[in-house]
Amino acid sequence: MHFEIPAFSPAIPEMVLLALASFILIADTFWSKKHPNATYWASQIALVIVGILILFSFTTETQVTFHDSFIRDAFGDVLKLFIVIVSLGVFLFSRDYMRLNNFYKGEFFTLGLFAILGMFVMVSSYNFITLFVGLEIMSLAMYAMIAMQRDSSAATEAALKYFVLGAMATGLLLYGLSMIYGATGTLTIPDVKEVIASGDVNATVLAFGVVFIVIGLGFKLGAVPFHMWVPDVYQGSPTAVTLFIASAPKIAAFAIVYRLLVDGLPGLVVDWQQLLIIMSVLSMVIGTLIALMQTNFKRLLAYSGITHIGFLLMGFIAATPEGYSAAMFYVLVYAISSVAAFGLIIALARTGNQFEEIADFKGLNQRNPWLAAMMLIVLFSMAGIPPFIGFYAKLVVLEEVISAGFLWLALIGVVTAVIGAFYYLKVIKAMYFDSNEDKSLLPVAAKDVAIGVSAYSVSLLLLGLMPALLMGVAYNSVLG
Amino acid sequence: MSVGYPILSTLIWLPIIAGLIVLFAGRNNPNFAKWFSFGAAVLTFILSLPLYFAFDMTTADMQFVERMDWIPQYNIQYFLGVDGLSMPLVLLTTFTQILVIASAWSVIKTRVEQYMGAFMIMQGIMIGVFTALDSILFYVFWEALLIPMFIVIGIWGGPNRVYATMKFFLYTFLGSVFMFIAFLYMYFQIGSFSILDFHAMPLGITAQILIFLAFLVAFAVKIPMFPVHTWLPDAHVEAPTAGSVVLAAIMLKMGGYGFVRFSLPITPDASATLDWLIILLSLIAIVYIGFIALIQRDMKKLVAYSSIAHMGFVTLGMFLVYSIVAKTGDTQGAALGMEGAMVQMISHGFISGAMFLAIGVLYDRMHTRDISAYGGVVNTMPWFAFFAVLFAMANAGLPGTSGFVGEFMVILSAFKANVWFGILAATTLIVGAAYTLWMIKRVVFGKVANDNVAQLQDLNRREFAIMATLAFVIVLLGVWPNPLLEVMHASVDNLLIQATTSKL
Repeated sequence: MHFEIPAFSPAIPEMVLLALASFILIADTFWSKKHPNATYWASQIALVIVGILILFSFTTETQVTFHDSFIRDAFGDVLKLFIVIVSLGVFLFSRDYMRLNNFYKGEFFTLGLFAILGMFVMVSSYNFITLFVGLEIMSLAMYAMIAMQRDSSAATEAALKYFVLGAMATGLLLYGLSMIYGATGTLTIPDVKEVIASGDVNATVLAFGVVFIVIGLGFKLGAVPFHMWVPDVYQGSPTAVTLFIASAPKIAAFAIVYRLLVDGLPGLVVDWQQLLIIMSVLSMVIGTLIALMQTNFKRLLAYSGITHIGFLLMGFIAATPEGYSAAMFYVLVYAISSVAAFGLIIALARTGNQFEEIADFKGLNQRNPWLAAMMLIVLFSMAGIPPFIGFYAKLVVLEEVISAGFLWLALIGVVTAVIGAFYYLKVIKAMYFDSNEDKSLLPVAAKDVAIGVSAYSVSLLLLGLMPALLMGVAYNSVLG
Repeated sequence: MSVGYPILSTLIWLPIIAGLIVLFAGRNNPNFAKWFSFGAAVLTFILSLPLYFAFDMTTADMQFVERMDWIPQYNIQYFLGVDGLSMPLVLLTTFTQILVIASAWSVIKTRVEQYMGAFMIMQGIMIGVFTALDSILFYVFWEALLIPMFIVIGIWGGPNRVYATMKFFLYTFLGSVFMFIAFLYMYFQIGSFSILDFHAMPLGITAQILIFLAFLVAFAVKIPMFPVHTWLPDAHVEAPTAGSVVLAAIMLKMGGYGFVRFSLPITPDASATLDWLIILLSLIAIVYIGFIALIQRDMKKLVAYSSIAHMGFVTLGMFLVYSIVAKTGDTQGAALGMEGAMVQMISHGFISGAMFLAIGVLYDRMHTRDISAYGGVVNTMPWFAFFAVLFAMANAGLPGTSGFVGEFMVILSAFKANVWFGILAATTLIVGAAYTLWMIKRVVFGKVANDNVAQLQDLNRREFAIMATLAFVIVLLGVWPNPLLEVMHASVDNLLIQATTSKL
């Protein structure tokens, strides 16, 4: 048997991350007693190192290695870079939260690093097996993270729910992949595309495969009607973990949707486009309507996240490279806003008051005008009001979906956006117009958290003034 | 045409930056916030004057143009410019801003820096709306304005402020998104977001009608036209005085401006087909809303309804063009209506601002806007009574005030279009006089109604200065409207050509 040594260089960021994560995992057991912060700092440094590696080895040229199972391209590099940017914030904010809620453990960061490794593998997958392995690395780490607050029954319930539904979704996805494999005889994504293009396949099996794949992806994205786990998990998980679930994994999920549907199954665009239209419309409408009735802020963000996924899917429905780049822009913006929103909850939740109910935000402008202004930026950005970047995310997605001839879909999108504005306004109303009996000033947020969360929020405004920057990144990485 | 600095960008960004400085540096230092805002407002006004004096009245082209790439991926540009239609509105904004800041001087006591900052930022955004020539840039300013206004009404408004501000925000947002979709659709057709390119693009009749309706929803909510006017009385009643002034004097004008910048030139055939709809809604606003104003007990609500009626003249004057041209084949008569509408916008900006400021003066002293709580104010506040009566006369359209000029021009051309239009429009001269003067009679004249009125103090120097300035402008434009009319001529003629040239 002939064995060829594959080129390792495209996977250097992943390998470095794996090595660092393993090292920190072992080292943590030794230094956790004496230096409780060492794991945190080591993890942050590991992220920075990986980020720098990606940035400096950035290339627009596409490299494929490990027998066509791993791809490195500009698209993936940009997504990985943003996963790192978002995760830096996640780690920063969650340390403070865990310390205040007495479950500070180094494992959170090592598990987080492994989850990020899983996301990297998903982003770079060029083969069904790689994709599946990446997905599992990420998911397993996240199940454990949710359950870390062991004495909280809500967290345990959320973890179980996430685990059961996540496993089912993975099963469905795997089943769909196996059908595609059965029909095409290959696991490699570009080969699948070629075989389908040749026309020499069983169309029924393919169609079934696509349906299962889309359902599996729907679960992972949290699109209606596969969204039931989202609000419960968001609400039940410790905010530090919700912050993580709501941000970086969305980027990775976007990546596998792109790799599977766009890279692998463009020949079946008619099939998956119809399914995505249904999911997109339902997500926008149902996500918006149910969000209207929420009184819990984390649940509200969960439903608003479902609506955002509906918007993001419109980019795929357009089924043009510009549409995919619009969806990519949307997911990057959404991930940053999510980190900012949940980070703000953490920055505010200092004294037993978890700032999880909308009522907790009453009178915030009098008690802490700066953080109230930051929250204002995040909420208006999510609502799609200019000049914040969230508006431009909606702009490009709507423009692409109109160009593709789905004017009615764009109309549904904007009407739900208007209705959706109402629940963001409810929170702003609580912060600015209501007064709180409790006139005491809030305890000052930890300095690093306050600065970090302000940076993410203000970036939503600055990127909104110069939207061409981020838009150009998404545009160039998809269109080459 | 140019001056030594990028004048439009300066007018947009100077107030916004000043507003941000006030927000940050003015905390716990209300005096700094007030003086700094006042200084910035005066400076902005002075810097805006070259717009008038260096303006070339012979051309309908855009002037003081600034143009650069902003979002190259979608060919969205930072594209500013003014013509005879928008330039007077910019000056109206910079002028009103000084009075707005001055009027809040001693009234606002909580979170002064946020209040002043919000109004400064609002000013920059409003100028952006009037000068943007790229539709996305326009939309950004148009929507961004909602944020500070939402906050201002919600924090400093009256008892029912939360309901009012939510209604205001959601109505306007809902109206605007359809316009946004229309922009995206047109970009999809021609690959440009420039408003001037939209003016030149050919469009089929179905597309035109849909786009026209999308625009109509957006602008009708903003003006506001019957039947989507209900947010305005709520928002006005609950807004602080300066908020009402900005709403009435400037924000309502955005809707009217939208019609002349977007609807008429971009969808001329749809405008010709559906002009009856606008005329109908305008006449309903003029007559029906006039009667509603008659029965109001709250002074602010009364002026709010009268604003809706007056804005009916604006839309009426704009859309008379088609029936006049169909009947007489003469665009001169149509020009009269169009210019009347533009003059009415500017004049209403001053008059409604003056009315709200006058009501604010009373409210600051008595903390009620109920007409029945007053009576005989003239005995204790003679100077106030003088100005209030003058403004009321202007509101009723008395010759010699600016209120007369616009209404008269519109009524004249309405008679040219159709006698019935003219008669219905002219009823406002009676109804408008009735509700305004009846309010003045009950509030200002008669015997001193109660002890509270007996203890009223007359205008202080700050209030006197504000009132006198407005009175001066209102009378000046009433007796000598020419300086305003002559800057519009070229642009109005051009607009009429655009509006009557088929795009099919």
